Amino acid sequence: MTTAAVRAGARPSSMAQALNRALRDAMAEDPSVHVLGEDVGALGGVFRVTDGLVKEFGEDRCTDTPLAEAGILGTAVGMAMYGLRPVVEMQFDAFAYPSFEQLISHVARMRNRTRGAVSMPLTVRVPYGGGIGGVEHHSDSSEAYYMATPGLHVVTPATVADAYGLLRAAIASDDPVVFLEPKRLYWSKTEWDPEAPEAVPAIGRAAVRRRGTSATLITYGPSLPVCMEAAEAAVAEGWDLEVVDLRSLVPFDEETVCTSVRRTGRAVIVHESTGFGGPGGEIAARITERCFHHLEAPVLRVAGFDIPYPPPMLERHHLPGVDRVLDAVARLQWEAES
Amino acid sequence: MTVLEQPGSYRPTPPPAWRPRTDPAPLLPDAEPYRVLGTEAADGLDAGLLLRLYGHLVRGRRYNAQATALTRQGRLAVYPSSTGQEACEVAAALALQEQDWLFPSYRDTLAAVARGLDPVQALTLLRGDWHTGYDPHEHRIAPLCTPLATQLPHAVGLAHAARLKGDDVVALAMVGDGGTSEGDFHEALNFAAVWRAPVVFLVQNNGFAISVPLAKQTAAPSLAHKAVGYGMPGRLVDGNDAAAVHEVLTDAVRRAREGGGPTLVEAVTYRMDAHTNADDATRYRSDAEVETWRGHDPVALLEQELTARKLLDEAGMAAEREAAERMAADLRERMNQDPVLDPMDLFTHVYAEQTAQLREQAGLLRAELDAAAEAAPDSPEGTQR
Repeated sequence: MTTAAVRAGARPSSMAQALNRALRDAMAEDPSVHVLGEDVGALGGVFRVTDGLVKEFGEDRCTDTPLAEAGILGTAVGMAMYGLRPVVEMQFDAFAYPSFEQLISHVARMRNRTRGAVSMPLTVRVPYGGGIGGVEHHSDSSEAYYMATPGLHVVTPATVADAYGLLRAAIASDDPVVFLEPKRLYWSKTEWDPEAPEAVPAIGRAAVRRRGTSATLITYGPSLPVCMEAAEAAVAEGWDLEVVDLRSLVPFDEETVCTSVRRTGRAVIVHESTGFGGPGGEIAARITERCFHHLEAPVLRVAGFDIPYPPPMLERHHLPGVDRVLDAVARLQWEAES
Repeated sequence: MTVLEQPGSYRPTPPPAWRPRTDPAPLLPDAEPYRVLGTEAADGLDAGLLLRLYGHLVRGRRYNAQATALTRQGRLAVYPSSTGQEACEVAAALALQEQDWLFPSYRDTLAAVARGLDPVQALTLLRGDWHTGYDPHEHRIAPLCTPLATQLPHAVGLAHAARLKGDDVVALAMVGDGGTSEGDFHEALNFAAVWRAPVVFLVQNNGFAISVPLAKQTAAPSLAHKAVGYGMPGRLVDGNDAAAVHEVLTDAVRRAREGGGPTLVEAVTYRMDAHTNADDATRYRSDAEVETWRGHDPVALLEQELTARKLLDEAGMAAEREAAERMAADLRERMNQDPVLDPMDLFTHVYAEQTAQLREQAGLLRAELDAAAEAAPDSPEGTQR
């Protein structure tokens, strides 16, 4: 439970509302913050994250663009060069792919190629992941593509408070941030007081969501609630699980992760993205390199299958659920088996 | 009888949002490229401007030759020469005011130099010691862009941002004929027109995208025709006629500055050299074709005009050639000095604040450099701190 939740005045707020509040506050505080994308104006975005911004700040600050992702991000590059802080909305994960050239060839390396003379203080908001019954191209977990690109920060909130705080931090960052919004958590509500949001967390810090001693579940974004539920269920099996929410994939908070794993001696990484070439492989490698002598069992991954995202009627078989996480936890009794 | 078979029963009427265009603005380009030099219109040209253009053309030609020579000496990794296209380069730089921005492609080194960039800095990317090599804000020149047409949306965004701030800034974006096939070309023109952004797009149609001729690049009557579909005027100009390119670009820049929106200018020119030193142009074009264009050389065309009007004599030409030689000698001398690089710079500008992972990798490199210095104290890497 967050500290904001216990404050008087807290009421149920959804992640989408918190993101909306973060955009409004950032735009109100800093006139250089501009929101642009497809449908962000009158419609307020297909997930209503930009709801009301055009009324409050006008079309110059909240701009409905032509339907062209490369153009949206490409013009945002020029706007950032001129001192603005663009916040770009990509409507869905897979819709962002036409903008990859701009992201990788320009956004990510502008600071580097100009020896710091031109920075890219822009935020790319990407609703990502499955679990909402979306048809093809509406449910991809594209985080590994972004993680593989030096120069980008990649963050993803899993709680309402983090959605607000991390988005504020992303917009304030002088570096480009790919801000991945777990769309199946958009409507998850929590007691959160929008009038007294918590302090903005620094990008690059993980959060321990549950203390435990038997093993560490390492996760982020849409898989956090799955891991929290699994941890509660595991109590009955005699497992006291620690849950680490990465919040930021780049930079990666090695310290928090390794401190936890050294203490528990066991680790399971949980995410929706593919296992092969996915974020879990990188995290597992780092844990093995840093914590080998503390490990009681191999580092395990519970990931989405290595398949193109399945159709909605089958996605429940693909997405890592509580049972699959608990099965992995059971496999951590590796020493006893061997 | 179905509904569609009943005569007159299905008459789609345009919904209110759709109306046929009736505005009189002629968006279509002229059938022939616009020319000034050698025509009566040339009589009205400003002598001072012509002489300035000439000086830049002569130095630009020499710069291309010198940079090409530097590739043969291994001083440059590559140099995409703009010999034959100098008029476009120079006019692009001179059409802009100081507060305006230039968005060049990789072949547009000369435009950047003509805008005031240090000739050595302009070659930093091609020399391979660092990427952009200059501060884009200093002369308002975006990094020389290697991916095709991707800098065009940047120009639109920057011009749009400047207008939102109420600043008097026009962006001029340069692209080649091949670049017009890219999606970013389309998206940039569309955004610019919809936003009425103060942008000018200059296509240097030099006949080839490396080896692929224009006929295999587009089926459009001209590249300038593409403007019509976006709702902006297209202008076709003789790209070897420095006065014509300067006039058309100056008009387009003025129009953008006055709130008239973007213009697409196609300058028809020819790349006399190969694409780069890695290219063999004899595989895709004939010597006879190249010779035809030698008779339409941008430097010679302007020289003829200036001598005919007695604005330039042999002494004047010699003075320009000497200035160009001095520039080349200076370029040679400075490019022949080995740049001093600090390998630790690799980690300095990836993020505003270094990540823990990068700090660790920087530590690894530091240790490698220290070990190398200990093993061979006189090696170049060993001496750098």
